[in-house]
Amino acid sequence: MQTAMAKAEPRTVEAEIKLSAKNVDVFYGEKQALRKVSLDIPARSVTALIGPSGCGKSTFLRCLNRMNDTIRDCRVTGEIRLDDLDIYASKVDVVQLRARVGMVFQKPNPFPKSIYENVAYGPRIHGLAETREHLDHIVETALQQAGLWKEVGNRLNDSGTSLSGGQQQRLCIARAIAVAPEVILMDEPCSALDPIATAHIEELIDELRQQYTIVIVTHSMQQAARVSQKTAFFHLGNLVETDDTKVIFTNPKDERTMGYITGRFG
Amino acid sequence: MTDLAVSAPTASDRPAIGPGIHMTERAAKRLKARYAAERRFRLIGLSAILFSLLALVLLLGNIVSNGFTAFRQTHIRLNVEFSAQHIAPAGTTDFNTIMQGNYGGIILAALQERFPEVQSRGERRRLQALISAGAEPQLARMVAENPALIGTRAEVWLPASSDIDMFVKEQVDTKAPEEERRVKDNQVRWIDALKADGDLELQFNTRFFTGADSREPELVGILGGVVGSIYTLLVCLAVSFPLGIMAAIYLEEFAPKNRFTEIIEVNINNLAAVPSIVYGLLGLAVFIGFFGLPRSAPFVGGLVLALMSLPVIIIAARAALRAVPPSIRHAALGVGASPLQAVMHHVLPLAMPGILTGTIIAMAHALGETAPLLMIGMVAFIVDIPATPVDAATVLPVQIFMWADSPERGFVEKTSAAIIVLLVFLLLMNLTAILLRKKFERRW
Repeated sequence: MQTAMAKAEPRTVEAEIKLSAKNVDVFYGEKQALRKVSLDIPARSVTALIGPSGCGKSTFLRCLNRMNDTIRDCRVTGEIRLDDLDIYASKVDVVQLRARVGMVFQKPNPFPKSIYENVAYGPRIHGLAETREHLDHIVETALQQAGLWKEVGNRLNDSGTSLSGGQQQRLCIARAIAVAPEVILMDEPCSALDPIATAHIEELIDELRQQYTIVIVTHSMQQAARVSQKTAFFHLGNLVETDDTKVIFTNPKDERTMGYITGRFG
Repeated sequence: MTDLAVSAPTASDRPAIGPGIHMTERAAKRLKARYAAERRFRLIGLSAILFSLLALVLLLGNIVSNGFTAFRQTHIRLNVEFSAQHIAPAGTTDFNTIMQGNYGGIILAALQERFPEVQSRGERRRLQALISAGAEPQLARMVAENPALIGTRAEVWLPASSDIDMFVKEQVDTKAPEEERRVKDNQVRWIDALKADGDLELQFNTRFFTGADSREPELVGILGGVVGSIYTLLVCLAVSFPLGIMAAIYLEEFAPKNRFTEIIEVNINNLAAVPSIVYGLLGLAVFIGFFGLPRSAPFVGGLVLALMSLPVIIIAARAALRAVPPSIRHAALGVGASPLQAVMHHVLPLAMPGILTGTIIAMAHALGETAPLLMIGMVAFIVDIPATPVDAATVLPVQIFMWADSPERGFVEKTSAAIIVLLVFLLLMNLTAILLRKKFERRW
């Protein structure tokens, strides 16, 4: 774990803030899932959200591209800004927001279509490509960035569901990248994968942060330590502590953070 | 009180729960009883299947054995003289003049030529009764198509009357005393003579597949009912399929969950159980009474059946939509698809096989529906094949109902034959459903 942490680079102090949440409360009906969460997410780096089950970390992640809108009775208050845009303002176009903030889910969920169609779907509905050649190029680039081109480049017409679990998850990442988002949200992207596939995805995340702002929810503290530059610890709907990953894992300020990362609960 | 306490099993009587309990005699007995119960259940299940198979075989066997004779019809060959005296002077081409000719006279003349010994008036009538009333228009049409026939002779196969047909097919008691038979002794003699010369044959009954209803059982055809059924089903499908899918998509994917949508849901489920005749009354009151649409028309029949099929299609489509995993919706929304795009591009195509299955079941149900169509007047006796969906028509099941209701012996086999045709259509529809489903499943 020590060596893994050494890989994580220290965050520059004057980092540009991509996403900024202020006093966010989330309610599912009567039940409050998040209390007054304020968190800044730096651009072009990986921010990990950790905490025990039911602490609200996935809820917070889903606030960032308004996927919570699809849940009935879910109410969000407070302010979340993507650059200068208040994403919960009434005039914000959710479709456009989700094109800017892509998402990768816990279980790989490729469309039951060909590999090509999976990646091409996003660019197509957003009208990103003018010609067939341009679309081919976008698909190839996305698959290359997702490290999948070598494996599937010669069988783009196979069904996306015929791939292995790890390949499916990378296909989902390629699908997200193809829309050219600014932020990629990942909700426990490795929890359904074996260790080798997990290592693949983690390497990929490390490469992707050159270009994209990444927010990842994870149950594995080792993973958070390996891939993230900044870590936020959630507990019972509260954001307990947030700091550079190195600081959180070596010198946490809060008792609860200490308890969680040393495995006393969670 | 004490007696009770003594007779009740005490703790020491019961075997102790612990290691080895599954190896005792009691455990072996329990195990045996369990296996016996399983065998018993399997036996009951098997006999249930055998019983239903037997019922099916009996039903189909009965229908087929009754009906297959209707596909062949007794015909009699006569050497007919198209005499100008009976029709019109040679050279006439006017359609109406030709159609008004005395073709009964021509047939009688041909018959008398064949059996010159027939003299008395009564015998002549019996001789004439060999040939169906449908023979006259058949000859008239022949001449109308080719007026040059007037004044010439030709060998023509004419349909025998129903009584003769039944006698030849031995569907009536041929050994009964003469006074109890509709076919008298002299007619039997003539039939035997015709048969011996090869002038009386069972030929394939083309008329049954190309004609419409008739009062004479030997002249009826199923095509009128088939065409009426096809028009009715097309209208029904065109109305209920898009409406049903749109309603299902809205209710399942977009509608808010509140008291109002709950009421709608309960009502849809209730509508699926409403007796079909009620829809017929509704159609009569609304479509015919209020909107003034034509009576007996497949168009109105289709609308009524569409009302009846809608709840079934909506329920099936909603179940199919619900079966699509939510992860697909999330995936589409996650790349920035609008809710409508997510449904149209991903959810609906995945739900299509299920929706199609439900729709075809509803259509098959509609194909066999009789009661509501009686209400809107599709029970009328119609001898023309409908050319458009707003012409008066009948449908297959109503046709079956009307023939089954007719007293003539000849209609028995026609009824069964019409049922065979209806069953063939149902099988074809189910086959289409399976093929469509296969095709869609391969695509995804």
